[in-house]
Amino acid sequence: MTALAVRDVQAGYGPVQVLTGVSLDVSAGEVVVVLGANGAGKTTLLRAISGMIPVQGSVQLDGAEVAGRRPEDLLRLGVAHVPQGRGTFNDLTVDDNLRVGGFTRSADEVAADAERWLDLFPRLRERREQLAGSMSGGEQQMLAIARALMSRPSLLLLDEPSLGLAPLVTRDVFDSIQSIVAELGTGVLVVEQNANLALGIADRGYVLETGTVVSSGTAAELSADDSIRRAYLGV
Amino acid sequence: MELFIQRVFDGLQAGAIYAILALAIVVIFRASGLLNFAQGELAMFTTFVAWAMLDAGLPWWAATILSTVVGFIIGAVLYRLLIVRLGGPAGNPLAIVIVTIGLFLILNDGAGIIWGSNPAKVPRIFGDGRVEFLGAGISVQVIGLLAVLAVLVVGFGLLFQRTKLGLALRAVTSNQESAALVGIKVVSTLMIGWGLAAAIGSIAGTFTASQNLSVDTNMMQIALIYAFAAATLGGFDSPLGAVVGGLIIGLVSELVVGYVDIIGPDLRLLPGFVLVLVVLLVRPQGIFGSAQVARA
Repeated sequence: MTALAVRDVQAGYGPVQVLTGVSLDVSAGEVVVVLGANGAGKTTLLRAISGMIPVQGSVQLDGAEVAGRRPEDLLRLGVAHVPQGRGTFNDLTVDDNLRVGGFTRSADEVAADAERWLDLFPRLRERREQLAGSMSGGEQQMLAIARALMSRPSLLLLDEPSLGLAPLVTRDVFDSIQSIVAELGTGVLVVEQNANLALGIADRGYVLETGTVVSSGTAAELSADDSIRRAYLGV
Repeated sequence: MELFIQRVFDGLQAGAIYAILALAIVVIFRASGLLNFAQGELAMFTTFVAWAMLDAGLPWWAATILSTVVGFIIGAVLYRLLIVRLGGPAGNPLAIVIVTIGLFLILNDGAGIIWGSNPAKVPRIFGDGRVEFLGAGISVQVIGLLAVLAVLVVGFGLLFQRTKLGLALRAVTSNQESAALVGIKVVSTLMIGWGLAAAIGSIAGTFTASQNLSVDTNMMQIALIYAFAAATLGGFDSPLGAVVGGLIIGLVSELVVGYVDIIGPDLRLLPGFVLVLVVLLVRPQGIFGSAQVARA
């Protein structure tokens, strides 16, 4: 089943058009990676899908048109977005970050789910009462993902989860993304500069250049493509 | 000894007013990261609304409660119609501060035009009774005021720490963009925040009027300056700090003016502000404020 279908989406900031017509799909339980250089429009694409900026074109969730809806409505329709720079609530504790992540759900569900993600990320359990802003980058990224999962999304948008993280920590984060998908069947759309790692956990991928999709395929196909290897894999 | 007790309660009485107004400032600051310089004039305006109800035959306590509701509505509408258009917490804070100063002038002149600039008489909300305490006669008014203050501080502490609305208010202050992404309706939440602040402010207003036995357009101006000092002293993000700060400033001002001869009533504002300065040198975030923590 297609969780997300994006068709000819255009978006930008004021007079600056960043996305000139992007189409892509994410199915339930599938990890899809978007590769691209700086300025290709990767972050803008995620912001357009989660309703943070105005869009033209079509964005469908489970078949229903949602383009133009606001982030707080889209969250209720199953979209969770971990923005670039993680978007944790720095002056709230880890516990409060998780509670606020489950804002739209009942207290019982929130308590049960918080335990579940604290099990997945034991580092967070040790720091439950600590302010999010005082944690390391890797811990904040884990918290940001756990916080997003608290809303039980059907679609998880991740913006550069490896940004500013040490390679080993990045691997941990990607491993946990993989186990989450396997467990929950969530569709994941991940934007990433670290193409090696991202293709390692992805089913499929798209390559974005100057606001449009220039290439797409399975992770294996993209990894084998010479031009992509030169441009994004550094080999 | 009697004089000392008397001065302590006079100080607490003044301080409780600063504390309540400071609480309003802190609620807005916690909910939106903004300072509302019109907070005092809003309180003055709703106090005139209360007076108008009194004049129309309502008992003073009922007028006080109703004007608090009116304050909530004015605060929420003000946020929706004015502050949202300026970008809310994400807008230019300087522009918003200037607009709240403009609002200060509009409310001040507006109240003058509607109700006249001569003071209008109001009664004491808790009556004129006195109780004996360590030889001094303490007015029931002060005891009632301190009780209301205690209820407010406990109530808002619980609201912020224990309720979903409080969690939403804290989340919006911390990171507005992420708050929308977790499904919080940011504008509605901030409308409630501004409404609550104006409601608390109107309590400060009606109590000030009850204390002066009159309501006039300039009655909240000195109180607002003290309230900002109280919030600074206690810590801008701490409701408890605002209240402790307000009480300390009220007490210190009253006692210094009473016992230090060279500081007469003309220098009444001085001691409180010297105290604020000293505390900030030692603890820039205020007594109960939390220092900004951010790790890159």
